[in-house]
Order: sequence, then C-alpha cells, then structure tokens
Amino acid sequence: MTPQSNFMVLAPILAEREHDLRALLATMTAAPGMAEPNNSLFPFARFPRVHVARFVILDDATLDDLPPGDPLRHALLWLAFLGDCDGDANAQLAEFAATAGDGLRQIFQCCAGFPAGVDLLQWMRANSAAPAAQYVNWVGRTVRQIHEEQALHDALQSFVQREVAVLADLPPRAVRDRLIGFHAKDGPAVTPPAPTPIGWWFADLANLILFPVVLLLLLPFLLIGAPLFILTLRRLEKTDAVIAPRPDASHVTALSRIEDYDVTNQFSAFGSIKPGLFRLWTLVFIFRVLDYSTRHIYARGRLARVGTIHFARWVFTDNRRRLFFASNYDGSLDSYMDDFINKVAYGLNLVFSNGIGYPRTSFLVNGGASREIEFKYYLRRHEVPTQVWYKAYPGLTTADLARNTMIREGLQRLHMTDAQARAWLALI
Amino acid sequence: MQVTSSDFDDIQGLLRSGYANLTEASFLLLRIVDRAAACTWLAEAPVTSAAERDAAAVLQVAISATGMRALGLEESILAGFSAEFLSGIAGDEGRSRRLGDLAASATSNWHWGFQQVPDLLAMLYAKPSGLTTWRNRVATEAFRKGFEILQDLPTSDMRGHEPFGFADGISQPEIDWQARRLPDLGYSNLISVGEFLLGYKNEYGLYTDRPLLDPTADLGADKLPPAEDDASRRDLGRNGSYLVMRELRQDVRRFWRFVSAQATGNTSVVRLAEAMVGRHVTGEPLVPGTRQICGIDPTDIARNGFTFDDDKNGLRCPFGAHIRRANPRTGDMPGGQQGLIERLIRMLGVFHSDLQEDLVAASRFHRIIRRGREFGRLLSPDQAIDPAAPDPASGLHFICLNANISRQFEFVQNAWLMSAKFDGLGNESDPLLGNREPRPAGTPTDSFGMSLPNGVTRRVCGLPQFVTVAGGGYFFLPGLRALRFMARAS
Repeated sequence: MTPQSNFMVLAPILAEREHDLRALLATMTAAPGMAEPNNSLFPFARFPRVHVARFVILDDATLDDLPPGDPLRHALLWLAFLGDCDGDANAQLAEFAATAGDGLRQIFQCCAGFPAGVDLLQWMRANSAAPAAQYVNWVGRTVRQIHEEQALHDALQSFVQREVAVLADLPPRAVRDRLIGFHAKDGPAVTPPAPTPIGWWFADLANLILFPVVLLLLLPFLLIGAPLFILTLRRLEKTDAVIAPRPDASHVTALSRIEDYDVTNQFSAFGSIKPGLFRLWTLVFIFRVLDYSTRHIYARGRLARVGTIHFARWVFTDNRRRLFFASNYDGSLDSYMDDFINKVAYGLNLVFSNGIGYPRTSFLVNGGASREIEFKYYLRRHEVPTQVWYKAYPGLTTADLARNTMIREGLQRLHMTDAQARAWLALI
Repeated sequence: MQVTSSDFDDIQGLLRSGYANLTEASFLLLRIVDRAAACTWLAEAPVTSAAERDAAAVLQVAISATGMRALGLEESILAGFSAEFLSGIAGDEGRSRRLGDLAASATSNWHWGFQQVPDLLAMLYAKPSGLTTWRNRVATEAFRKGFEILQDLPTSDMRGHEPFGFADGISQPEIDWQARRLPDLGYSNLISVGEFLLGYKNEYGLYTDRPLLDPTADLGADKLPPAEDDASRRDLGRNGSYLVMRELRQDVRRFWRFVSAQATGNTSVVRLAEAMVGRHVTGEPLVPGTRQICGIDPTDIARNGFTFDDDKNGLRCPFGAHIRRANPRTGDMPGGQQGLIERLIRMLGVFHSDLQEDLVAASRFHRIIRRGREFGRLLSPDQAIDPAAPDPASGLHFICLNANISRQFEFVQNAWLMSAKFDGLGNESDPLLGNREPRPAGTPTDSFGMSLPNGVTRRVCGLPQFVTVAGGGYFFLPGLRALRFMARAS
C-alpha cells in the first residue's frame, strides 16, 4: 500500500509583483481557475503521482474583522502552492524542481526572499508549511490505481452492455464468471499494490498507540481543568462577536466563476483565529484529535458522515494567528455546505468556532453551522478564489472511486455467494 | 407559529392551490413603461388571496428584482432579498452551469428571461371560456398605460397530464400551517411554512433573509405585518414566496420515437417510459404506496405512501428515474428513528453498510411546491410515433414556489436532477430533463440504467435531449400588503 502525503510551499508575495503573479497564474488555466494539465509553466500532467494541486493567493478580505491596532491587520499576502501525492512529498518536490524548475522559478520570483541564484528545491523545503490536520479520502489509493480501476470499470461495463441479452437471464455467479473470463482474456491490466513502506507502517502504528496513551496520561489533568475550561468557553461564547454579513456580490461572482466545471470543486478559505491562548490551545488539541481520527478511523471513504471530500487540510500561518483550510469536494458549494450543516455541524463548530466572527456556538458543538444562512455567509466570505486548481481524474467523484475499488476487489475475490455476486454486479 | 386568518388574507392564493378547476390560464410577462400607472394598477389589482377558496377567476402577481427597481424600491430595501433572486436566473454563468442551462438550453438562446427580463409576471386563471372576460377586467386603463406585454404565454388544459402523457403534479409537500409536526429523523412530507413563505420559521427553525423595515423611517411600512423575530421591524417578505418560472419545451415526438426504438422484447415501450419517469402513465408509483407517512393524506397512500427504502435495489423504480431524483424521499439519518447510541454511532459515521448509504441529503430541506401549467397540444404515444405527426409545440411552464431559491429549487435542479453522479450513479442525468452535455474529460451523461434481479444493469444509451429550456426568471410573489407597499407612489 502506498500512503499519500502532502506538500505546501508558502511564501509572501512582493507587493509590486502581485499583478504579474496573477497574470502568470492566469496563463496556466484552460477555463477560469481550472488548470491546463499541460501548461508550459507547470505541466501538472507530467507528475503522475499528484492527485490534486493548486496555486492560491491567500487574499484575506476579512482582516478588518480584527480588533483595531492588531498588527495582524497588516498581515502578509501569501502565495500557497499545495497538493496531495502518492508516496514521499519531499521526493515529489524534487521532481517538480527537476522537471518544472523554470516555471516554478518564474512564479516564485514574485515572492519575497527568492534570490536569483537560489537552489529551488532547498528554497521550497525551507518555505514549506506542514498541516495541523489533514484528511485523505482513501489512504493508500494511488493515482495509478484510480486510472486502472476506472479503465476496468469501463471495460466491464461495456462488456455487460454488449452481452446484456445473454447475461440478463443468468444467475449472478454465472454472470460474474463470464466477467472474470472476459477480464482474463481481454481486460485491462491491474497492477498489484506496492508493499507498504516499513517506516511509514511503524510510524502509523506508533501514532495509533501513542496518542491514546498520552491522552490517557493527560486525562487527570484534563478532567481537573475541564470545569475551568467550560466556564471560560461559555463566557467567550456568549461575548465573542459574530461577524457574518452577506458577502459582497462581486466576491461571490469571482468565486462562482471558477466553480462547477468538473464534478469536483476546490475550496480555499482563510481567516484569523480569535486572539488569546485559550482558543489557540483548544484548536491545537482539536487538531490532534482530528488528525488522529482521519488517520485511523476515517481512512476509508468518509469523514464522519461526509463522503464527498477527496483531500482536505488545515494549516496554521502567521505564527498560528491565522488558519488556512483547503479541500477538494464533489458537487457544488451549496450542496457541500448543506452536507456540512446537516451531517457534521458539530465537527465544523469544534474547529471553526475558534475563528473570528464564526456564528454563535454553545459548548463548542451546538449552534454555529446549524445557523444555516449565517454559516453559509461566513464560509463564503472567508473563501478565497483559487487561481489554478488541478485534479488528476476529472469526471470522477469519491463515490466513483470507491465503487471502482469495490469492483476490482470483487473481481479478484476467489469465491462469492449469489447474494454477494448480485451486490457486486450492481456496481457495474 | 401558526398561520392566522389575517395571514391567509395576505398570502397569494397560489401558495395554497394550483387552481386545477380554473382550466384556462395565461401568463403575462410585463415591462413597466409608466411607473405611476403601473403603481396605480398594482394598488388596486384584484389579486386573489389564499383566504378566497372558491374564486371563479384568479389573478396572481409576482415581481422580479428588475421590476422592484423599476417600481422605485430603494436599493437598501432590495438588498434584503436573497442574492440569487437579485442576481436572477440567467445572471451568472456559474449558475447556468449548475442549473444545466447549457448548449441548446443556454440562456443566450432563451426567448425571454435573458435579453428580455420581465419586471412583472401576471398570472390569470379562469373557468372554461372565462379567460377573455377576466383578462379584459384585469387589464384596466392603468394596466395598458403602465405595462408593455413582453410575452403573452398561453397554456392548455391537458387534464392533469404533462405533454409526454404522464399524470403530473401528484406529489407535493404538505405545508405545516398549524406548526404541528414533531421532530423525526425519518422522511416526512409535512414541511414548515418557512420553507415556502418568508417571515416564518423554516426547517432549521430559523428565518430566511428578507427586508425588514423601520416603520418610523420607511414611508408606508407601518401597513406591513410585523416581523416575527423583531418586534420593532415590519416584514416586507412576510407571506411572500420566491417564484421560479422556466419555459420547458418538450419534444414529445422525439421522446416517444426514441423510447419505442429502444424498447426490446420483454421491455415494452410504455414500460420503458414509465421506468424513466418512476410512475405509471396513470400516476401510480412503480414502488407501491403502502406506508403511512407524516403529511401524506390517508386517501393518497396508494400514490404517495412510499419511500425508496421499499426498493433498495432499484428493481421497481430505477435509481435514476425522474421521481427518484426530484424527491428522493430520504430522512435526516439513514435508518430513520433510532435509539440514542445507534444515533450517535451513525452521527459519527464510523460504520456504513453500502456505497449508496447516506449519499443523498435530507429531503426536507429541498422541497418545492410546483404550480406549472402545460402548453401546446397533447399527443398520445401512438400519435407521437406516427412519422406524419405534426409538431404539437408543447411543453410545460414550470413554476415552483420556495423560500430559499439556492437551497430548494437550485439544489433540486443541480444536485439531484442534472447531476451525473446522483446517488452514486455514473453517467446519467435526469432521463426527461437532462441536457446530455458530456462532463469535462468526456464523461457522458446520456445513459439510463435499470437494475435487473440478478444484479446486472440494463442500460439505454445515447438519450437525446427531450426538454429544452426556452426562458426563465426568478420572481417574488409578495403578500398583498407587501404588494401594495411596493406600489406606493414614490
């Protein structure tokens, strides 16, 4: 099994080069915001391990929500280059530098601290930002596997299409046998999974065990601190300002312009964390729990009840005073937000209620996202347009990917009952 | 809060009735050419309220955002209406992509609603052969002076059928006028007033955005109903609803010719068409109605007493059938009502049993009231297949009412009807309404799958486009007091 990893280069944009940078990024797209896979600056398609990637200017329009006099009001304008890939992210960055070094240099020259003769790879590593928490829809499913399984799905589906007159009247297992026979003779090749890197396997196991152990050790302190925590939390929740006006029509138009070309959309949001250590430590703790649960519990197709997210991450910036959230989700933004509200409002509240202006919550989990319109305004207002977004498998949703994997697994199984075969055939 | 009789006097009648007995109707799309005259007409127009149950002739009036501006409504007041209403149905390319208004249905091809955006929609209903008289009464001198008629959209009486020949308008949400429904995680057809009327609590227990006015500052606002959630304000939205109208041209000959060419052996022509719709031609559902469901009248159980939990494998009603997309009849939590522990486990989503589980959102947040009317001639399937059949030029003036256009109409249209990925499907869109445009990377959307008992899916491919959008608009159907307020001479 090849685990996924992520990369993110984060650098401040030179004020005088912002315009050039935007123009440069615009040359990389085929439709507004949608990457041309073979653009000359950064040909995404030449990196077969990359699932999704984006270039985004973190233009935070909500800095005025900060208290007057807060130096963060004059925060830097960041350029983020981030993505998710199969295998080691460091090796992936090296590949980028080797294959698309010239284009990346052109882009990063618009950033501060990029001297002319600098070693690109070292610079990218030095300017990398690690996520506080991350989510992968299906740990271990590679880009190659996705393409192969889709080809398998297509081949089996056309076979059924051609032979439906015969297959319609056969018992399920007999149909499956025909499909296995067809695949053995004429079907597309399916590469067996690579062995799991031993280092990753140990690290994952250590994480699986150590985190609960540490939590258990800390438990007495957490319990002692709980009443004070709850009192403080309730006091803040009652007094924290809610800043969720309707976003400007022009802002919404700029976002809508780059959405709904593919069945999947990108989402980039940026905002400031409520001042003070209480909110920061709460957030840090929640991210540890979240990251643990995405690694070990939600690693197969769903984040709690939400099944439409391919990849997501939360990244602190500006000395952990601001938070960047990036995701890749299926459907339009409205259905994404409705899914959030109806299925995981509590989860969103845990994280985002620590952000300035979030709709009023109680006890960290109630309210918040359940205040539908306020929440939608808040989210849209904090969203920033993504200048260039790439996905290696356009047209495919997480449900498609899960179905295709189930088709492959079912094809390779030695034995099935009629009921199992019927359920498996229904996938094709 | 309950809806009172004074509210029924204020609400336009269309919220409560489709006026099926008033079989003649026409829809006038109007542009305001003389504001004063238009206001005079609006101030005295005989608009029918929901309190009048037996009107022999009915007038309903809806106003677009451009119409509100033309009437002189201040921008600060307009800004209280929803963003999608202000932007309009054809106002944003992103919206057109989501609604599927592409290719032949592209807004640039529309004969109204894109170039020609109406200010007002006047809807006239009358008993057989009463429409001309009614229209003469409605179109007073002030009307003729105040408005230019952009389009005079006729309708025809197809006796409860839509042009393809299927009984239509069978399933509608039941408005919870008395606010009596209790929370339930299963599917319910009884829906909060606030999902259809502004100024009332919706399914989230919240109020949708709408303009709230200061009665001391805004001239005439004191005659508006008070806001339920803010005693110091008057509510311009209360008792009003957003009205979405789309002119859907239905190619009846193409539909029946395609279906008859595809039907083979054990699938007869009508059965294939019924599989695409999800109901028999007569309106009976393919999944038999046997359940008691909150908000379904006991006399209506045969036609509407079912959910798709009764057909998990899609053997009776295909997953992609029109009625399964238009209202998937899902509750908030798969499995419906359950114990606390099980509910917690489901909420955390740790286990799930199959691929499709929980893919389709809770239906109660995405319901619309449909009030469409047909136009053109009704052809029988046999007539439609006849190569000599003339074009019946028929279709549907789709009309729906809702309080949140993006969460209701647009969601249903985008996430359920047009989506090639609805409920985990691969390459389908609505078998009737789909525009068949391939997705990026060439993913086709023009097939329709039917599950067979052994698990195999029989697919019909290459569905042509049967329905083309030829016009459309977002309107506001105000309460009568709000209508008079907008007509105040300014």
